[in-house]
Amino acid sequence: MRTSLNWIKDLVPGLEATPQEFMDAMTLSGSKVEFYECMDKDLEKIVVGQIEKIEKHPDADKLVICQVNVGSETIQIVTGAPNVYEGAKVPVVLDGGRVAGGHDGEKTEGGIKIKKGKLRGVESNGMMCSIEELGSDRNMFPDAPEYGIYIFPEDTQVGADAVKVLGLDDAVVEYEITSNRVDCFAVLGIAREAAATFKKEFVPQVVTKTGNDEDVNDYIKVSVEATDLCPRYTARVVKNIKIAPSPEWMQKRLRAQGIRPINNIVDITNYVMEEYGQPMHAYDMDTIEGHEIRVRRANAGETFVTLDGQERNVDENVLMICDGKKAIGIAGIMGGENSMITDNVSTMLFEAACFDGTNIRLSSKRVGLRTDASGKFEKGLDPNNAMDAMDRACQLVEELGAGQVVGGAIDIYTKKMEGRRLPFEPDKYNHMLGTDISPEDMLEYFKRLDLGYDEKTNEVLVPSWRQDLESYADLAEEVARFYGYDRIPTSLPSGEATTGRLSEKLKVEKIVRNVAQFCGFSQGMTYSFESPKVFDKLLLDKDDVLRQAIVISNPLGEDFSIMRTLPLNGMMTSLATNANRRNKDVRLFEMGNIYLPKQLPLTELPEERMQLTLGMYGEGDFFTMKGVIEEITSQLGMDAKLTYDPASGKNFLHPGRQANVLYQDKVIGYLGEVHPKVCANYGMKERTYIAVVDMPAVMEFVSFDKKYEGIAKFPAATRDISMVVPKEILVGQIEEVFETKGGNYLESYELFDIYEGNQILKGHKSVAYSLTFRAKDKNLEEEDITAAMNRILKALEDMGIQLRK
Amino acid sequence: MKDKLQEITKRAMEQIDAAEEMSALNDVRVAVLGKKGELTAVLKSMKDVKPEDRPAVGQLVNETRSAIEEKLAEAKERMEEAELDHRLKSEVIDVTLPAKKAKIGHLHPNTNVLQEVEDIFVGMGYEVVEGPEVEYDYYNFEALNIPANHPAKDEQDTFYINKDILLRTQTSPVQVRVMEKGKLPIRMIAPGRVFRSDEVDATHSPSFHQIEGMVIDKNITFADLKGTLQEFVKQLFGADTKVKFRPHHFPFTEPSAEMDVSCFKCGGKGCRFCKGEGWIEILGCGMVHPKVLKMSGIDPNEYQGFAFGLGLERITLLKYEIDDMRLLYENDDRFLKQF
Repeated sequence: MRTSLNWIKDLVPGLEATPQEFMDAMTLSGSKVEFYECMDKDLEKIVVGQIEKIEKHPDADKLVICQVNVGSETIQIVTGAPNVYEGAKVPVVLDGGRVAGGHDGEKTEGGIKIKKGKLRGVESNGMMCSIEELGSDRNMFPDAPEYGIYIFPEDTQVGADAVKVLGLDDAVVEYEITSNRVDCFAVLGIAREAAATFKKEFVPQVVTKTGNDEDVNDYIKVSVEATDLCPRYTARVVKNIKIAPSPEWMQKRLRAQGIRPINNIVDITNYVMEEYGQPMHAYDMDTIEGHEIRVRRANAGETFVTLDGQERNVDENVLMICDGKKAIGIAGIMGGENSMITDNVSTMLFEAACFDGTNIRLSSKRVGLRTDASGKFEKGLDPNNAMDAMDRACQLVEELGAGQVVGGAIDIYTKKMEGRRLPFEPDKYNHMLGTDISPEDMLEYFKRLDLGYDEKTNEVLVPSWRQDLESYADLAEEVARFYGYDRIPTSLPSGEATTGRLSEKLKVEKIVRNVAQFCGFSQGMTYSFESPKVFDKLLLDKDDVLRQAIVISNPLGEDFSIMRTLPLNGMMTSLATNANRRNKDVRLFEMGNIYLPKQLPLTELPEERMQLTLGMYGEGDFFTMKGVIEEITSQLGMDAKLTYDPASGKNFLHPGRQANVLYQDKVIGYLGEVHPKVCANYGMKERTYIAVVDMPAVMEFVSFDKKYEGIAKFPAATRDISMVVPKEILVGQIEEVFETKGGNYLESYELFDIYEGNQILKGHKSVAYSLTFRAKDKNLEEEDITAAMNRILKALEDMGIQLRK
Repeated sequence: MKDKLQEITKRAMEQIDAAEEMSALNDVRVAVLGKKGELTAVLKSMKDVKPEDRPAVGQLVNETRSAIEEKLAEAKERMEEAELDHRLKSEVIDVTLPAKKAKIGHLHPNTNVLQEVEDIFVGMGYEVVEGPEVEYDYYNFEALNIPANHPAKDEQDTFYINKDILLRTQTSPVQVRVMEKGKLPIRMIAPGRVFRSDEVDATHSPSFHQIEGMVIDKNITFADLKGTLQEFVKQLFGADTKVKFRPHHFPFTEPSAEMDVSCFKCGGKGCRFCKGEGWIEILGCGMVHPKVLKMSGIDPNEYQGFAFGLGLERITLLKYEIDDMRLLYENDDRFLKQF
């Protein structure tokens, strides 16, 4: 919403504030001012001058020398403008003044300073200006020449301030009005707020009775069939229309509002729309067939040509304005080409109606046309405003001599919108605000906003334009706004003490993030939605359950259309970005959800599973990744041994370098080298390793319940064993033998050599372990160790492992 | 006898002084004080001394022994000193050689800011909770007093899965979920990912994070809201930070406000950073709407409270002076390493 500051000041006569003061105060009382712009900020020392004499320039064909009367004196100005003539009244910037920009319409920050000087040897003491140099354009001043100096009307006073004459001595104020304050999408609404803010009187214009002694009902009959979509429809008739430019005062205001003046009738409808926030429409009466208006829903499959010449498809959800035979307008959105006002109009029908806001919004979307009018209607207007706006428009018609208003008005108002009564509860307001404001002060604030008070019933009377005021909380806000948010004290909540903490899940995630960080991984973040093509990129089987992803019905595009069911795409994309930028040895992790539907289409919320995803290329390998996972589980108090199952069946990983990670026989994640084909799909040339830890699975085992175990007092004994192992036997299987056969005294074991090569039997590998035995309560005897070793060696031999002596 | 002792002493002293290595000292010790040493031999010959002279001679022998032992100890210490001195001198390093760094990663700037925010509120007794990212329309809109057909529900703002399920557009639904549990009083914050249908550019992302906060108790006032948030930003941005509350409108709070903080770059004088205004808009807040309390099963006549919501990325970008939001989701190592 924007308003001219001068217009507001006209409606609030006592208001004296600079644009900055106005902005600050309005913002603090709730009408947020986004910015203001003084239209004359770069205009200085510009007066109305009259050209008295024009002579040719002795040395330049395209230049002329003008003697210009600027009121106090006559000065010589050299110009190249083609449209000057003797007697013309023109804007003149005097020596030392400023203009906003060049006549190409390009504005210069801070303006352009004009100094006297010589043009081809002839003295020039100022400059005559085009409308562009004054910071405006031909759109706003249609009477300005396409190329040349702006010419004032003949009756303009010589020597007057040209900026004032043009109405550029104004500031345009832009507000961010919240959706609940429909009344403030009108100059009157803003003016009422301004009056309340500055504690000045709000003086709207008085609307007088208009119309001749004819009866509008003799001209037109109106019926509203869809009363649900059209709570009120008012209409009046104007005849003997004389289309002409609107007066300068009206043009100035429209320009400041950013609206181009066109002619008196169009300008009046625009003026009233700005003033009252009520869109109006004018139909050429001669095009209306059957002297009849019907407000009804469109028929399915109907088409309609709007006044911009476009054919539109409408359906039964769209409300139409029709005459006896045909549709003549899409209600609240745009009139029809078939009934539009032309310069030849003699009689017109003025319409000011109230349409259902939601319906207009949806229709506007359906039809694919959003207009100033629909933008107002969709907010849900106050129907009580419609007739006031209509009468105001007719008053302006009479004032401007634009036509003859026919007496009487059509007003179909099925269900009158009433104001509201709310109990006046000062204690409740104070209790909510933490203040001690007197009831008298509160009532004073209300009064300023035109909220009444019924002393007998102790009720606040809320006018119909304030539909946003529904309960004590809303009234508390009105009190707060005019008491001043800044004056409300500050305190800290009292009451029962509470303990602050992270949820268990968040606590664990924090630990995991920290471990990943200390293992050299930096945290990335990627989107939760991605392209369905991801599944192919990751080589998932056609029937892989992970392809069952939630689809967004209105995505930003296919690339963001499904909710991820596995977290690899974001990681691979990020790693590839780094690799393409030649970043070396990159390690990233992400903590983010995947979204697994319980069924498709979705009937209940999906399962959101937090995943830790690690990814790296450059330094490090599979076992580096493995180390990180073990560090994480160790920090989470998961003290049992992790096991790794190479049969993890992940298509996107190297078939010989992948494993599920199991804790107490439950899969808690997987890791591996990314399949070269997948790497290629992401443009990764380097070997890439990833690991995924399923956080909910980990959560089941997390334990921070630690007990001190005595530090071993008795000495340990170690035994080394060296084996020749068939290649297909995994080291993990050997360790399982240690675990199961080692007995109570086996404290730990450590792989210290693994070798494959010429010296070793083909199809075999050499593996060597160091085993440490210790008892908690005694010095171990040789036979204790031998017994355990024999069990281990026997089991190993049973697996086909040869012991190297 | 006495002469002999003197001679032993003299010779031993000379040898000790001449010794350059530990082994030479040891030789002296063995030759003089050892089992077959000269002094030991003297002691052995005590039986030839007249009994009445024995105490005096004995004393003399002991004195000689102590003198030599002391001298040996001194020499040993001197030698060790010299040896250490030599070692330290030979071990001089160039301290300006490059450090051997542990390769530690970096947390995402969003996480750094979030942890700071969490710490502040946890310190004030708030619980940190979460809610689903794929959410029912009811929790995201209806229960927050945003009825059907409200413009905020427009498709251009919200990603829908179907008519009842959507990607949450705000963390506010977590308020409702916590209130519905019915455990009072409530002091919570709820950080998390939210989604809006905005095309990606320097200041927009279809996926970003919010931090929601809510306090419900019997006597919570707007003054408490002001005080709490003022305390929060002072801790986050510094004790000199000033705040300004402006009236605003949110469907789920009434009265509502937007809070500005004095620009933490220029302190409020106005700079490029705050676009010359001296203030930076930081969050939206208000008193929980009585309708919202009621819908969540809390009696608004008994309880009231406040709520606020802030954009995590907004604070991250401001705090670290990051000029393009896309950097947060690109995960360039050179970017992440800066935090």
